[in-house]
Amino acid sequence: MLKQRNQIFKLGAVLFALITLVACSSTSESDDAMDASQGSSTSNSSSAQSSAASTSGQLTQEQIRAQNAIQQTVFYFDFDVAEFQAEDRQTLVYHARDLAANPNKRVRLEGHADERGTREYNLALGERRANGIMNFLIVNGASRSQLEVVSYGEERPAATGSNDQAYSRNRRVEIVSR
Amino acid sequence: MRKILSVLIVFVISFSARAELSIQITQGIDNPIPIAVVPFSWDGAGVLSEDVADVVVGDLEQVGEFRALSPGNMLSMPSEASEVFYNDWRTLAQDYLLVGTINRAPGSQLVQVQYEFFDVNRELKLAGEVLTGSVAQLRDIGHEISNIVYELVTGTRGAFDTQILYVVAENEGTEYNNFRLEKADYDGQRPQVLLESGEPIMSPSWSPDGQDVAYVSFETDLPRIYIQNIASGQRRQITNFPNINSSPVWSPDGSMLAMVLSKDGSPDIYVQNLNTNELIRVTDHPAIDTEPSWSTDGRSIVFMSDRTGQPQIYQMAIGAASYEVERLTYDCFQCMKGAFLPDGVNLVHVRRETRQSQYQISILNIETLRVISLTSTSLDESPSVAPNGSMIMYATKFDGRGVLDAVSIDGRVKFRLPSSRGDVREPAWSPFFN
Repeated sequence: MLKQRNQIFKLGAVLFALITLVACSSTSESDDAMDASQGSSTSNSSSAQSSAASTSGQLTQEQIRAQNAIQQTVFYFDFDVAEFQAEDRQTLVYHARDLAANPNKRVRLEGHADERGTREYNLALGERRANGIMNFLIVNGASRSQLEVVSYGEERPAATGSNDQAYSRNRRVEIVSR
Repeated sequence: MRKILSVLIVFVISFSARAELSIQITQGIDNPIPIAVVPFSWDGAGVLSEDVADVVVGDLEQVGEFRALSPGNMLSMPSEASEVFYNDWRTLAQDYLLVGTINRAPGSQLVQVQYEFFDVNRELKLAGEVLTGSVAQLRDIGHEISNIVYELVTGTRGAFDTQILYVVAENEGTEYNNFRLEKADYDGQRPQVLLESGEPIMSPSWSPDGQDVAYVSFETDLPRIYIQNIASGQRRQITNFPNINSSPVWSPDGSMLAMVLSKDGSPDIYVQNLNTNELIRVTDHPAIDTEPSWSTDGRSIVFMSDRTGQPQIYQMAIGAASYEVERLTYDCFQCMKGAFLPDGVNLVHVRRETRQSQYQISILNIETLRVISLTSTSLDESPSVAPNGSMIMYATKFDGRGVLDAVSIDGRVKFRLPSSRGDVREPAWSPFFN
């Protein structure tokens, strides 16, 4: 049983490395990664995949980037809009890869809405937003069984107050590790 | 000294209770019907915990169609027919007069309330009887007298003995960590906690006989539907489908529960037979379908859908094909949370006229297509109609907090139920209890 899990883990690590490689070669951001690699932060990498990836400095750098990216777990939405914001796309790709690399990891996608509009509609909107992120994570490598969606509608605001600033903080999906 | 102290404490307690529960009439009508309610005489010792005449005055003024004469301006204080001089009341331009006495029932702890109701202009006694109950039931007796007076004058059955359900949410900072489902008299008096939880509670609704309530609780971390008996407190979980389980609403005959489930991808309307547990799918659309309510004949469901891009209200017969859906609202940016009044023609709903508009509680006559907007406060939502169709209670925001307001069906009268703590929301007006 333990051995089996180990194999899955290894497979995931290899997969992660492959995906990262493909991703790096297909983006134009590798220049930034090269510049940053001159810094001292490379040695701080303590990721579980280090044995698979340590052969390349560029990959390690990418891992740091991935580690940093998945620190962001809250994603905001425009009013009445169910699609996440374009600038969060890459971060969500990192989340998907992290899930793919860690098949035992389970997360909950908690969808929220601001207080405008009726409560039941907001409950549905929160779910629509969380579903949008769930589908994106699946397309990018996460497994359906790792993901649970729950909508709180407008019942659990992140900010109180009836103003645009509070509203923009309340329209969100939170990725919560289980 | 000790005596003074205890009096002081009693005063403080009664003062804070009053501050919590007193009703505020925020808008009245121009020519209310003048009525004199003489303080009821009491032959027992001490002071009664409830002033029955005060309860009646509160009821009648709240619905806005009446204005009660202040006892300080009365020329006489009759408590029964033989003491009534119509001229006294004509002089004071009163149309109606209510008098009464309260006696201890011989050989028991019960009290007898005898009231008499007069038409001053016609010099006619319209009603009178003796009602018996415990001291704790004096409020109920007051509401019963209000019902009789209201029906004799307006021709409409009174709803002063009805109750409301609502949800209270309290927060520490931004964290909402206490949710309560409460039941109270229609005027917010005598609140009672039915359920308390650290997780959200939503969508309370009454069974048609007023014995049970259905609601959504997140107590398992997921929204699930429960039914709870009010008297016994016994509760059972009704649904455990994946994703959203919400919006439980009883059919008029009490045999079925309409609900929203998103187990097949997007929220759709379903109806569950409470006897057989059979689940019937009503809508089948990839958009959001939610907020079901029943037509008065119980054969179709009114619901909200954003299938055209924005929320609009639709109606569909149970068991009908998807293409047989009928759209009820067209001329609004968003129309939501539709429900028919008891007349089956007028549809109360939450309307956002244009993208820039506020959310307003409105009524659409589906035959004439005439729209009346009743409110213009902030974030008005969750309208619930009194069983006699005379008033609509709804949730709004005041001073940054959720409060409950009520508005008469013609929009002329409004009153507010203040609460001392937390955000109050999602009122559900009970059916008649008998």
